[in-house]
Amino acid sequence: MVKENPTRDKLLTYMAVAALLIFLWYAESHFSQYSLRIINNIGIFIVLAVSYNLINGIAGQFSLGTNAFLAVGAYTSAIFTLSPEEKIRSFIIEPMIWPLSEISLSFPLSLLLAGVVTALIALLVALPVFRVRGDYLAIVTLGFGEVVQVVANNVVSVTNGPLGIKGLAPHTNIWWSWGICIFTVYCVVRLINSSYGRAMKAVREDETAAEAMGINAFRIKTLAFTCSAFFQGVAGGLLAHLITTISPSLFTFMLTFNLLIIIVIGGLGSTTGAVLSAILITWGSEALRIVEEPFTFFGYDYSGIPGMRMVLFSIILILVMLFARRGIMGRNEFKWSVLLNRFGRQSKSEARTS
Amino acid sequence: MDIGFATQQIIYGLTVGCLYGLLAIGYTMVYGVLRLINFAHGDLLMVSAYVAFFGIVIFSFPWPLAFAGAALITGFIGILIDRGAYKPIRKSPRISALITAIGVSFLLENLALVIIGGRPKPFPIPMLFEGSLSVGQVKLPILSIWVLAVTTVLLMIVLAIINKTRIGMAMRALSRDMETVSLMGIDVNRVISFTFALGSMLAAFGGVMWCMKYPAIEPFMGVIPGLKAFVAAVLGGIGNVTGAAIGGLILGLAEVLIVAVQPDWSGYRDAIAFCIMIFILLTRPTGIMGQKLPD
Repeated sequence: MVKENPTRDKLLTYMAVAALLIFLWYAESHFSQYSLRIINNIGIFIVLAVSYNLINGIAGQFSLGTNAFLAVGAYTSAIFTLSPEEKIRSFIIEPMIWPLSEISLSFPLSLLLAGVVTALIALLVALPVFRVRGDYLAIVTLGFGEVVQVVANNVVSVTNGPLGIKGLAPHTNIWWSWGICIFTVYCVVRLINSSYGRAMKAVREDETAAEAMGINAFRIKTLAFTCSAFFQGVAGGLLAHLITTISPSLFTFMLTFNLLIIIVIGGLGSTTGAVLSAILITWGSEALRIVEEPFTFFGYDYSGIPGMRMVLFSIILILVMLFARRGIMGRNEFKWSVLLNRFGRQSKSEARTS
Repeated sequence: MDIGFATQQIIYGLTVGCLYGLLAIGYTMVYGVLRLINFAHGDLLMVSAYVAFFGIVIFSFPWPLAFAGAALITGFIGILIDRGAYKPIRKSPRISALITAIGVSFLLENLALVIIGGRPKPFPIPMLFEGSLSVGQVKLPILSIWVLAVTTVLLMIVLAIINKTRIGMAMRALSRDMETVSLMGIDVNRVISFTFALGSMLAAFGGVMWCMKYPAIEPFMGVIPGLKAFVAAVLGGIGNVTGAAIGGLILGLAEVLIVAVQPDWSGYRDAIAFCIMIFILLTRPTGIMGQKLPD
């Protein structure tokens, strides 16, 4: 029986990260543009899924505001990386308001700013909501998604209205998306394993009991929500510089729904599950595109049905919630000792018989 | 602002407000009984609109039959949603029920998109609901009179059912304590189904009148009204039927009057409900008519 061994586990983790980096380095020079795009998407979706799981799975508060936070992050970083000349060229309805029109920052700084601005806005949303029961969070964040779209469409001198912001430099490559992905997973795992993380789980299980044990539930919930929003804002910045064109209609509720499916299938409350499922679903939804395109099935001509993927996804979500609520991982996390035991079982049973 | 213009805007506000109110009553009843935000409630508005549309256009039923059919079928779908999606997880953590509710809502929207298509369809308004009366400078649309009358009658009926009948008593008891009620020999699931049916039928009436006011029906038409109706329910005090109707009226009036006073803000119309929600949560989370929130 292999036991947990911090030194060995740390070493194995470093080796796994190194292997991942070698794979990315290989992929960058050998894979097609399309595959690289999917690899980028997977990195960004892991950031989103892990941070979304923090509020929904670990702290147990049902938030539906990811699309809004993505939008805030994407717009913030886009506004700060665009050069002043480009701003004059694309803001044709109304020129951009003064201080913003002159500022132009580097990409990493704009990502940081995207995270900070998103976290601040999340804090403003959380303060009224967590004063009462967490139930309202779902509907307030859902409404917030609509408000962000309304604001993005109407505050033309900041967001360029319905035209959106075009011509962003394609800063995001697999190093940025996966670098931030690894950083996010590291931060979130450290947070979950800290006393704050344990307090979040306590609030999830029983808020009243947690408060009786001296946990300030309001503070813990706000912390989880704000942290989650920070990483979602950064992911928004990454996404903006991956697709290079953003407009208000891009950040629909569909994004949040996809993430919800990811964390439910991965197992609510499991970071490992969120990562695995983000890879699976991001890749899988690309593969599932065929149901929306015409193809021939055993000589039967099947014309594609647009929207069929979302029907399938919602049915999968309901079925998983009804019949397999634990998802892939339940609430378990990946441990090297478990993996090693699984591989070592064969030799161990041989040793016992001899 | 002269008095004629003000009266005109108030009539519009009351009309929209009644529609929000009808939806909000369904939200508030389900929340009162199950402590569940039924996200699919707004989509029932879309379902009833399509049923009425197909009843009139495809099967060329007379409109009263099509509207009644819309109410019955929507009520039935409400029961179906409860039995299929919510009943199996009644005992599990609240977040599972919320996720399932979002799933159901998304399923309804996208199913409509796949089956019927995303192109908005014009709703055929029956003759009886068209035109308007002129009282001085004020134009009084016939539809507004219908909406106000129908809402008042439906609110009376719902209040009578809740306060005067045995099943209403069971509903009130359920909202206090589900376990004790089931120990008293009451079929809890039947009462919940009844609640869903009643709420869904109100949403159906709201839906049919909604698409006579805004006669373009499409699969996602229920999302925004659903969100706003929930705000109305919170505003009135969640769990309280009269409060929901009052909340709806206040929300409708606020939206119409704010835009009437400040036409520049018309782009922000959909954000008003959100601001009201935040304000309510900060100042009086129990709403206008609400009592202390039970846990």
